Amino acid sequence: MAECLYSRTKTIQEDKVSGFCPGCMHSTVMKLIGEVIDEMGIIDRTAAVLGIGCCGLQMDYMAYDNITSPHGRACAVATGMKRANPDTLYFTYQGDGDLASIGLAETVSAANRGENFTVIFINNGIYGMTGGQLAPTTLFGMKASTAPKGRIAEEHGYPMHVCETLNQLTAPQYLVRTSCNTPQNVMKTKQAIRKAFEYQLAGKGFSLVEIVTSCPTNWGLDSLKALDFLEENMLKEYPLGVVRDKG
Amino acid sequence: MARTFMKGSEAVAEAAVRAGCRFFAGYPITPQNEVPEYFSRRLPEVGGVFVQGESEVASINMVYGAASTGVRSMTSSSSPGIALKSEGISYCAAARIPIVYTNFARGGPGVGSIQPAQMDYFEATKAAGNGGFQMIVLAPSTVQEAVDLTVKAFELADRDRNPVHILADGVIATMMEPVELPDMMPEEKVKEIRESKRKWACVGHELDYKNRAWIEPGHWLTSKQQECNEEAAAMYEEWKKKDVMVEEYMVSDADIVLTAYGISGRIAKSAVELLRKKGIKAGLIRPITLNPFPVEAFEKLDYSKVKAILDVEMSIPAQYATDVEAVVRRRCPVEKCLCSGGNIMSREAVIDAVMKIAGQEA
Ligand SMILES: Cc1ncc(C[n+]2csc(CCOP(=O)(O)OP(=O)(O)O)c2C)c(N)n1
Ligand code: SF4
Ligand SMILES: [Mg+2]
Repeated sequence: MAECLYSRTKTIQEDKVSGFCPGCMHSTVMKLIGEVIDEMGIIDRTAAVLGIGCCGLQMDYMAYDNITSPHGRACAVATGMKRANPDTLYFTYQGDGDLASIGLAETVSAANRGENFTVIFINNGIYGMTGGQLAPTTLFGMKASTAPKGRIAEEHGYPMHVCETLNQLTAPQYLVRTSCNTPQNVMKTKQAIRKAFEYQLAGKGFSLVEIVTSCPTNWGLDSLKALDFLEENMLKEYPLGVVRDKG
Repeated sequence: MARTFMKGSEAVAEAAVRAGCRFFAGYPITPQNEVPEYFSRRLPEVGGVFVQGESEVASINMVYGAASTGVRSMTSSSSPGIALKSEGISYCAAARIPIVYTNFARGGPGVGSIQPAQMDYFEATKAAGNGGFQMIVLAPSTVQEAVDLTVKAFELADRDRNPVHILADGVIATMMEPVELPDMMPEEKVKEIRESKRKWACVGHELDYKNRAWIEPGHWLTSKQQECNEEAAAMYEEWKKKDVMVEEYMVSDADIVLTAYGISGRIAKSAVELLRKKGIKAGLIRPITLNPFPVEAFEKLDYSKVKAILDVEMSIPAQYATDVEAVVRRRCPVEKCLCSGGNIMSREAVIDAVMKIAGQEA
């Protein structure tokens, strides 16, 4: 008798195929979020607030409620939703361009108010959807289509550390940086998402899970080389770990 | 009904609460600071939510979010702030989310002046954001009308699942007048309205691929996008048949027809009263809905008798006049009596302009 060791979370529609590029960690994170929702048994009271970017590629096949916000405004949209309807679990899902460039004011302001929702922040160091332009998180030595010589401090400033920046604020409950480069880190990411959701259900306020991910397509690397690049470069600039946990 | 003496901005806010509005987000800007201030006191009393957004951009997006959960929601601002809201308004129109927003317009362009003006007509009626969407646009000329139209705005927004825009001005915001407020909507009714939107509201649903709430302000498939745009266009056509509101005052025998909306309409009306006393056959067409435009009121005119139409408008260059010219189609001259920059229309200037058309010295 065959034993079922794994089946896909029902939070992803069965008949649909992923829209993400091969090797893209967006799809890993989407699956982890789905599994957490599944395991917590909260699909009937969960909704995603999607940013604009490759994150939007999942809306067609995620099985639960979702709304798309204007580029960068997810934290404002989620503020309105959660305040108007506190019984639902809301999480935003945003890329680095969305969250840390065009949406920086909305992100910092929501964090500073201690809004009781969760931010899932996909840091791939680049604008994925629009074809590899410079992001606030782009590393030195990383070429971008709008920074052909790579990031230059005098011109572009320095890679932005979102968790550490938000750690200057008093209100946030939980700020953590994870990755999905190893099975162990995938599990840690899942645990972080679960913890953030549990904090929200307990009414503890703003939580943000930053996930350092790869964008093989716009990094110009195959999936494996992208993993190497992530480990050798991204994780040096963006060290993993809990930045704040009020408990 | 309760008769009371109130400032326009506060009366609009109270009317909204009585119409079941339970969420407001806004950012301070003169001349309508009393709107967020009033909501901040009032909404918590009725279990509602007030948020001072970090910007107009954030505020409209908070309203987009709140309304997406099924709650009657509103924002308000004045001209430069309304421009910033255009992103969120377009999203609400695209995703068919019912919201209400007021513009207590001031002088423009740019930061302009803080005094009343009617410089945002094109923005309100033609392009309140990207993508060619439309809204019903209501233009009150008194505080009472602002109150009544606020209630109506929420009904229309829910009926159509579309934003409704109230285009007022700094006079309406800051003027105090006696008003009859509507009765407070009973709490059960507020809940019932919210519950009626549950099917599409983004609040979580039992696992069912087809019945999840999916708030889509855009579509990957061009065919789907076109379908949605066609549906919206059909709705805009329906408005022309059933939603036009217009005040026609002493028009039937008029040989000079004034036309104006909002506060200019009220000033023009009092000019008509004085002109009639002088024996001049003046009349007034005052649109209450700027969109849909009251075409029929102009079609009905007997152009063999009407000497001229006089556009009275607090905008230089004139904006509303271009819509009037488009329906009049040169069947008579469209003259203009304009002021701008925050100057309020003077009744004397209107009377002078009519006298000039009539060939009489003032
Ligand atoms: C107002 C506005 N400006 C610009 C865009 C174009 N745009 C779409 S996605 C995107 C960048 C997305 O980058 P990021 O947030 O890092 O997400 P990723 O695709 O990398 O996951 C941009 C600039 C837009 N949709 N709306
Ligand atoms: S472009 Fe990059 S971020 Fe977007 S789906 Fe492809 S790999 Fe992922
Ligand atoms: Mg990115």
